[in-house]
Amino acid sequence: MRDLHLITTEVNGTQHELVVESRRTLADMLREDLGLTGTHLGCEHGICGACTVLLDGEPVRACLVFGVQADGKQVRTVEDLADGEQLSPLQQAFSKHHALQCGFCTPGFLMLAESYLASRPAADKTEIREVVASNLCRCTGYQGIVDAIHEVATAQQAGPVQP
Amino acid sequence: MTTTARTAPQTWVGQRVPRREDDRLVRGAGHFTDDVQAPNALHAAFVRSAIAAGTILSIDVAPALEVPGVHAVLTAADLGDPRLRAVLERPGFVATDMPLLASSRVRYCGEPIAVVLAEDPYCAEDGADAVLVDIDAHPAPVSIDDAGRHPLHDEAPDGVLVDLQMFEDESIEQALADSALVLEEGFRSARVNAAPMECRSVVADVDRRSGQLVVHLSTQVPHQVRSGIAQALGVAEHGIRVIAPDVGGGFGLKCVVGREEVVAAAAARRLGRAVRWSEDRVESLTASFTGHEQRYRVRAGFDADGRLTAIDADVEADIGAYSAYPFTCGVEPLMACTELPGVYRVGRYAARGRGYTTAKCPTAPYRGVSRPQIVLVMERLMDKAAARLGLDPIEIRRRNLITEFPYTGPNLITYEPGSYLESLERCEAAIDDAGWRRRAAQPAAGERYGIGIACFSERSAYGTPTMGARRMGMTPGYDVAHVRMDPTGHVTVTTGTCGHGQGHETTFAQIVADQLGITPDEVRIRQGDTDLSSYGWGTFASRSLVIGGTAIRNASVSLAESLKRVASDVLEADPRDISLRDGNAVIDNVVVPISELAARVHFRAHEHPDQPDHLLEARGESDPDGCFSNATHAALVRIDEGTGHVQVEDYIVVEDCGVVVNPMIVDGQVRGGVAQGIACALLEHLEYADDGQPLSGSFMDYLVPTACEIPEISIHHLETRNDGNPLGAKGMGEGGTIGAPAAVLSAVNDALRGTGAQLDCIPVLPHQVRAALHGDGSTSEETA
Ligand code: FES
Ligand code: FES
Repeated sequence: MRDLHLITTEVNGTQHELVVESRRTLADMLREDLGLTGTHLGCEHGICGACTVLLDGEPVRACLVFGVQADGKQVRTVEDLADGEQLSPLQQAFSKHHALQCGFCTPGFLMLAESYLASRPAADKTEIREVVASNLCRCTGYQGIVDAIHEVATAQQAGPVQP
Repeated sequence: MTTTARTAPQTWVGQRVPRREDDRLVRGAGHFTDDVQAPNALHAAFVRSAIAAGTILSIDVAPALEVPGVHAVLTAADLGDPRLRAVLERPGFVATDMPLLASSRVRYCGEPIAVVLAEDPYCAEDGADAVLVDIDAHPAPVSIDDAGRHPLHDEAPDGVLVDLQMFEDESIEQALADSALVLEEGFRSARVNAAPMECRSVVADVDRRSGQLVVHLSTQVPHQVRSGIAQALGVAEHGIRVIAPDVGGGFGLKCVVGREEVVAAAAARRLGRAVRWSEDRVESLTASFTGHEQRYRVRAGFDADGRLTAIDADVEADIGAYSAYPFTCGVEPLMACTELPGVYRVGRYAARGRGYTTAKCPTAPYRGVSRPQIVLVMERLMDKAAARLGLDPIEIRRRNLITEFPYTGPNLITYEPGSYLESLERCEAAIDDAGWRRRAAQPAAGERYGIGIACFSERSAYGTPTMGARRMGMTPGYDVAHVRMDPTGHVTVTTGTCGHGQGHETTFAQIVADQLGITPDEVRIRQGDTDLSSYGWGTFASRSLVIGGTAIRNASVSLAESLKRVASDVLEADPRDISLRDGNAVIDNVVVPISELAARVHFRAHEHPDQPDHLLEARGESDPDGCFSNATHAALVRIDEGTGHVQVEDYIVVEDCGVVVNPMIVDGQVRGGVAQGIACALLEHLEYADDGQPLSGSFMDYLVPTACEIPEISIHHLETRNDGNPLGAKGMGEGGTIGAPAAVLSAVNDALRGTGAQLDCIPVLPHQVRAALHGDGSTSEETA
């Protein structure tokens, strides 16, 4: 017998009612049930961070959280960062600083940085490097990622960001 | 229509043009294989051997068929026992089959035995757990020394799948005897995994309309995969369409054909349903392709001035259980023997290379293919000889570098012009500017610093002449491109190369834009689809810009000629006087927009009756003979004497890849490569128990570096044009990975100077550093 649950969750501002099996991960729920394939799976054991999404504003590994744990909560994924055609400051900075090559790790880094800069808007480069070390990127050597996040932090310090 | 301002730079080549790929990737709108929608698909899970070597006595699939959601379980017998066979047509090579699913013997832990197909991936895994496989275990060969004791293939009773007596030299003994200094050294590098962030993935389905088997998969080489599937399943190639959508990194792991992907294709045909499989990280680390487990025994002679007189090398590679298709298990030993001398002149040269089968996942050509090892060997030899002869490490390199070009060495390779000496000297100056020596001289208590340097060249863009010399059963090398202009003056390019993060969509568009006088935004690059492009060899061995880019340029030149012919009709001028720039065909001060010319050709062909058919379509080819980029790398490391931890504090690269098309992308490739090289030097190693059980099954055990292990990397560019192609470019995708292990190992040994210990194996792990520092000598590999 499959162990099914009816849950209510808000994903990127939209309410969803879903029936999910208790063992279904949040990542699979987002990708398969809601078609939000921007959240990537790089290891499925909590190390790489490619699956990072925000659960009630906090970054979580969507491969380590069950879908049922999103019941009554808000989820935010990479698909929510841009405002229509307009990329967010972090997204723009990633491109400008060549912070991505294959781009597979990128959604995870963006969500990690999004929540980090919300709590530490004036982060310095050393701190950023330490936080960025929570996720893995195999392509870039990380420098572009650190530079991109630092640029956004610096701009935030200087005043409201002009998109 | 266009989004780039018309204030065009003089040429697009050479500009830091932002990547076109980025917009979709930062939105999470990239389309990777696992994102491909296939309604009603079956999900595959593999039943894998839990035993490293043995005979399969029985496979009982019945319990799996009872599992809710399981639709079918297939074994080799169900699929007709299809196989992949990689061939090297040279003496000393033993061809062996790689069955898609093991049916009689298993040869490594994780080898696929059966595939379970179910309504969702969770059920598929439940089903795979329920299949009962009975295996009579044999002793498993887990090292080069075991290979002959417990041979895995009946065809190779000595456990050797390839034995290449590459270079023989009767006078080498004499040359060594006459040398002022002879070093006899041993070096080793561990088995590693390329670990792209996206594991392997496949979605296979039969398209009802075309009747084609359509296979989406994460690969660097779509056409080669199509050939592999066609050969294994006995299907005509046009009956198969292979599509690589966005690919989340490859690094060589995805330039060979994986058996699981072919099984998925076979299952889709058999069951008449879409089949999808995405490898998880545990499978990737324990049952996917690996690389780089090699050991070297080298004798090197130097004269009293520190000049290399002779090298006699014996290269042994642990190639795992099978030859990977199509490159074969010869890829590492062949590369090592052919290119070992690298950037140095050597009087006499002899080399033998062997590949041994062991009960581990097969090796594939991982980024750099043996060059990280041979550069490490040569650089260690330089450092050791310098120490023995009382020379400065930079001075001994200066004395040995090739400085006159073209140069043909005793390894029968001809090096075209490079900047070997200049890059060394620039690097030396950069070390001084960065104040490394000062920092190294003032360690805090409990710390040591070391500076290491590595000089190397990177042979790349192997066309069919070079690949032909390797004598594979199928010879990769050439590439073909098509460029088509539509009635709006926009261009679509197809290429047989297939990027996985290298920014082809941007770089190639820059090349086309220069030829046609348009902007890169007006150029669309299509890649990774066997139905779109002519047969092409994909992306590996730093070939794409040099070979694929040249083919694209050649096609663009033809298209530009056509445009000028039409413009000459319209402007009543000689086509030779017309130039294409800023979106116009121009003669003196008269301009006609290219878009107008394009519209005329397509919509008003009757007005140009003298023009040939397919006027605005052009084809270009390229098949060069390989080229050499070069670089010098330097690393500053800090060792914590208490923990043995080695931190790379700073890193300098001086590199020369000829004309740089997009400096931002080149720098990114260098940095990413250096990170992988640092990891090979200090972190990554796949471990196996004595019975062949893999011990590195997750990213908890297999340490891919994080941002904290990788320093900022400063990059300096030199530019020696490659006269072998009109772009002037040389390949550069692997260089970072090639130079870093040697530079870091050299720096670690520099930090250990005075201890009497030297470390000649990578990775260098903290306990080895501690042992070296505290003088128990147990890890010293110094044999000189
Ligand atoms: S996929 Fe979740 S941390 Fe790697
Ligand atoms: S860009 Fe490829 S893994 Fe980060």
